[in-house]
Amino acid sequence: MTRMNYAGAVVDVLRICLREDPRFAVMGNEILGLGPERVQFEALQQEFADRIFFPPCSEAAFTALAAGAAMCGQRIFAHLGLGSFAYPAFSSIANEIAGAHYASGGTIKLPVVLHLCHGVLMGGASQHSESPQAMFWNIPGIEIALPSSARQAKGLIRTAFRSDNPTLVISHGMMFGAEDDVPEEDYAIPFGVAEILREGRDVTLVAMSRTVGTALTAAELLAAEGIEVEVIDPRTLVPFDRRSLFDSVARTGRLVVADETRLSCGVASEIAAMVAEEGFDLLKAPIIRVARPDAPVSASPQQEAAMVPTPQKIAAAVRRVMGHG
Amino acid sequence: MTHSWSAAHKTAVLERMLLIRRFEEGLVRLFEQHAFMAHYHLYIGQEATGVAVVEALSAADRIATTHRCHGHVLARGADPGRALAEILGRSTGYCGGRGGTMHLSVPELGFIATSGIVGGCIGLANGAAFALKQAAGDAVVAAFFGDGSLEEGVSYESMNFAALLSLPVVYVCENNSKGALGSVGGGFPTSVSAVKDLTDIPRCFGIPVETVDGRDVEQVFAAASRAVAHARQRKGPVFLHAVTERWAGSQPLWPELATGETDLAMAWDASRISGPHAAWYGQHDPVLLYARQLLAAGVLRQDELAAMDRSVADRIAAAGQFALDSPLPPAGALLDHVFA
Repeated sequence: MTRMNYAGAVVDVLRICLREDPRFAVMGNEILGLGPERVQFEALQQEFADRIFFPPCSEAAFTALAAGAAMCGQRIFAHLGLGSFAYPAFSSIANEIAGAHYASGGTIKLPVVLHLCHGVLMGGASQHSESPQAMFWNIPGIEIALPSSARQAKGLIRTAFRSDNPTLVISHGMMFGAEDDVPEEDYAIPFGVAEILREGRDVTLVAMSRTVGTALTAAELLAAEGIEVEVIDPRTLVPFDRRSLFDSVARTGRLVVADETRLSCGVASEIAAMVAEEGFDLLKAPIIRVARPDAPVSASPQQEAAMVPTPQKIAAAVRRVMGHG
Repeated sequence: MTHSWSAAHKTAVLERMLLIRRFEEGLVRLFEQHAFMAHYHLYIGQEATGVAVVEALSAADRIATTHRCHGHVLARGADPGRALAEILGRSTGYCGGRGGTMHLSVPELGFIATSGIVGGCIGLANGAAFALKQAAGDAVVAAFFGDGSLEEGVSYESMNFAALLSLPVVYVCENNSKGALGSVGGGFPTSVSAVKDLTDIPRCFGIPVETVDGRDVEQVFAAASRAVAHARQRKGPVFLHAVTERWAGSQPLWPELATGETDLAMAWDASRISGPHAAWYGQHDPVLLYARQLLAAGVLRQDELAAMDRSVADRIAAAGQFALDSPLPPAGALLDHVFA
């Protein structure tokens, strides 16, 4: 194990992939965000100068380029930037990438890795704070991973690299400095397998990406009140580990889903719907979603802070499903 | 079209450029004091371009701009206090604090929108031009954008469409990538284009172009006046390419006052110019260049310039205090304005 930040883990796994596959290339600007960790990328630039590409501000074009290269057997890790910058590339993803394998009757393979940074940043306002993962979850054909730690980032990107499907790896823009114990060796974390980060008998609390840390803090607060929360991180939206979710809800009988996507048609909505539809009999209380309000993000700090799940909001939701609030 | 600014007008133009400069310098100080946290973009080094283009516009004309917008709204006469309040997310700001640095916009001064998406404002500017053309009259639109915008597909689509519809839009490409270092050392990205002369792009749509030295306020004004007249006469879109040197403080990804607070005495005392930024002070800083020009022409005396600077500094200090004293909009109001 090595103590390493999230940025370091991304660099580490990209280095492994670049060394393993001499055709693998990396394309994007500010892959490690805008924070001080961004300079950690320079180690890769020095070692693989001929396979690191800084594209123009042309998200639609370089996303499609990465996909076209993948169709011809060259894997590319293409970084689109922030969630909002994936919107200019939406046609390339939704029209050209997601359905290509299906429309070809399984004859075309598209093993491209797309990466973007989501989440409310400091002062990102309406165009630099998006969390579009639920929109992409609505487009069949793309695998979607959301690492919640440096350890997960290394293992999930490794799996994305090996996948024969288009994959979308979504990092939180504020997580690049977050440190974790990361195995030094090469490893892969399979898609579709949730991680239970804390066991608890009373309430199942589902969270992903940066909200996992928030959920664990909430669980600590609640433990002091005698409420034992089970924190589950699905790690990938597609494929989704329904089994671990239902097993947990079967144990606790209660579900809170905390997520940074918006309330309407967000990640929490789909997870809540799965359990409401197929696990209704397991539930002792209604499901509660703690999600981003259905509004653009304000540039003003108090309003921005109110957009994201906090330990206090999550704890209040847990108390409500316990009938204490 | 010829123009000659009166001495008083020249002085007023310099004062506006200086106001933008002191505003931006004050903003760096506010950031250093953690008065706001957002990633932000300064207009230092481009004051001559924004002030000159806005000078060439009329009150009924419309403007679309980008994340590097502070200079444009101030050039158009925005109150520095309300502009700073917006950047600090205060309820007294022009957008009630919701837009911040990247969406600072003043509808009553003709701004249609301020987009932080590269190339985002160009299509919107076309829409404003379409509306103005349909409405008859002779108003035009100025669309400010950087050289990076010409990497986005929407820019090409928009220029094609504007040419087809003969829209009254003045594309103002502020090319601040001269001398830019780009992503080296985690710095601010710069133009990534196979096109060496950016005016080749509009030219292929048959759009008339002009390249000007973006440091020279009177040269930009002359070219902008020709461009605005072209659009006003309903001859179609026009492309103004204003080239400026990348200011050292905009080389890093996060702005720094690399050249310090501007020392206006450098306009009359060359012995004060030295060090690694001597070329900036002597040849590239548009505020110092114009101050030097007006002093040499006898339009302004040294003591008058110093008095102007004190008055501008007082305005900016008061603006900063106004912003800091203003309340933040409450969290409970975050759902306001999602819909009209």
